[in-house]
Amino acid sequence: MSQSTLLIVFDGVLLVTLLALAAAAVLSPEPRRAVMLFIAFGLWLALIWARLQAPDVALAEAAIGAGLGGALMLAAARRAARSAASPDRERQP
Amino acid sequence: MSADPGAARRRDLSLLLAVLLALLGVALTIIYFMALQAGAAPRLADLAYARLPGTGVQNPVTAVLLNYRAYDTLMELAVLLAALLGIWSLGPAAPGFQRSGAVLAGMVSWIVPLLIVTGGYLLWVGGYAPGGAFQAGALLGAAGVIVRLAGDPRAGLPAEAAQRWLLVLGVLVFTLVGLGLMVFGAGFLTYPPKLAKWLILAIEMAATVAIAVALAAAYVGGRPPGPEARPTAADEDAEPQPPASSPRPPVPGR
Amino acid sequence: MLTAQFLYGGAGLALFVLGLWSFLVHEPLLRKIIALNITGAGVFHVLIAIAYRGDAAPPDPVPHALVLTGIVVAVSATALALMLGARLQDAEDEDRSR
Repeated sequence: MSQSTLLIVFDGVLLVTLLALAAAAVLSPEPRRAVMLFIAFGLWLALIWARLQAPDVALAEAAIGAGLGGALMLAAARRAARSAASPDRERQP
Repeated sequence: MSADPGAARRRDLSLLLAVLLALLGVALTIIYFMALQAGAAPRLADLAYARLPGTGVQNPVTAVLLNYRAYDTLMELAVLLAALLGIWSLGPAAPGFQRSGAVLAGMVSWIVPLLIVTGGYLLWVGGYAPGGAFQAGALLGAAGVIVRLAGDPRAGLPAEAAQRWLLVLGVLVFTLVGLGLMVFGAGFLTYPPKLAKWLILAIEMAATVAIAVALAAAYVGGRPPGPEARPTAADEDAEPQPPASSPRPPVPGR
Repeated sequence: MLTAQFLYGGAGLALFVLGLWSFLVHEPLLRKIIALNITGAGVFHVLIAIAYRGDAAPPDPVPHALVLTGIVVAVSATALALMLGARLQDAEDEDRSR
């Protein structure tokens, strides 16, 4: 196996995992699980962008897209779960 | 809630959409393939690299962000500010979490300084290596998120009046630098090569603070809770943090 | 043409379509927002793939800067949408408990 073939196999593994993570995030009906998968997707995306020689963007995606976006969505998932569990109870922190 | 025929119809619709969008994907892929086959058109990259020495920075991405396309970055800071104004207009933030236990508090006291140092490093290194205002601001914002999770209702940010100044800092410094350059005869945000490095650094520092505060405040998710329900003029020179022993503020639950 | 450019760009297009489908089909707001973010990630992915010019040549910095700007805008839009959704949920809860 030449080096370029190996590299293409490596690219293939990266991309198949990326698409699988995206599909899993999109298809998961449970909010918290979907958000976790989305965070994993964002981090994997950052890895791929580092491979495509875009380290600046990879850093930003890992910190902003996956990190802060994920934190915001997790908070929303928590609210959604609590609201679904007890629709008319007084909200407690 | 949906009856059986409704669910079936919805499934059909979802399948139909899937097929249509798959066709769209195939069409886009063919177009993309043909565009790549058409060969290399002249690209901005060569121009960007050729002009790099006059930009004041060595990292080409920073050069594009803060020199060639500085308008984009200014508008982006404005978008961030607008989004935060939208969030604030939705009402007061939910009360914070309860104060963390000893283990989390200990971890926070390690991680938050580390994040601040790393943020400063990324800001400085952005001139010639991967890094810059966005990454640094994101790290500082993440520090704010951690502080909020550990129990500070305002995510370590100052009171509302001071927060406003920090939030507009990015747009303010950016615009002032641009207008100042106009006054001295250069165009809006056209830096003279000798000064470019320091002007870019000043803008980046302001942008970092603004991005960090905006992201942390977005995580707080509403007008910042204060020790008192309504901020007063006395907040103008308020202390940077609420005292650590203060009880959670009596924000009324919505 | 680079094979890697085509592979990665194609994956970006697939992400775009996948996100768009989920956005149209799924009802809960959080799922719509995740779907929109994946759509955006697909667009960013295509831009990064176009910017890549092989391991020998330096990448094109202009699309990189565009994506960097786009990431921040996307996250601020996400934050605003989530807060609007929370507000809507609060209003619904109030109505139901009345």
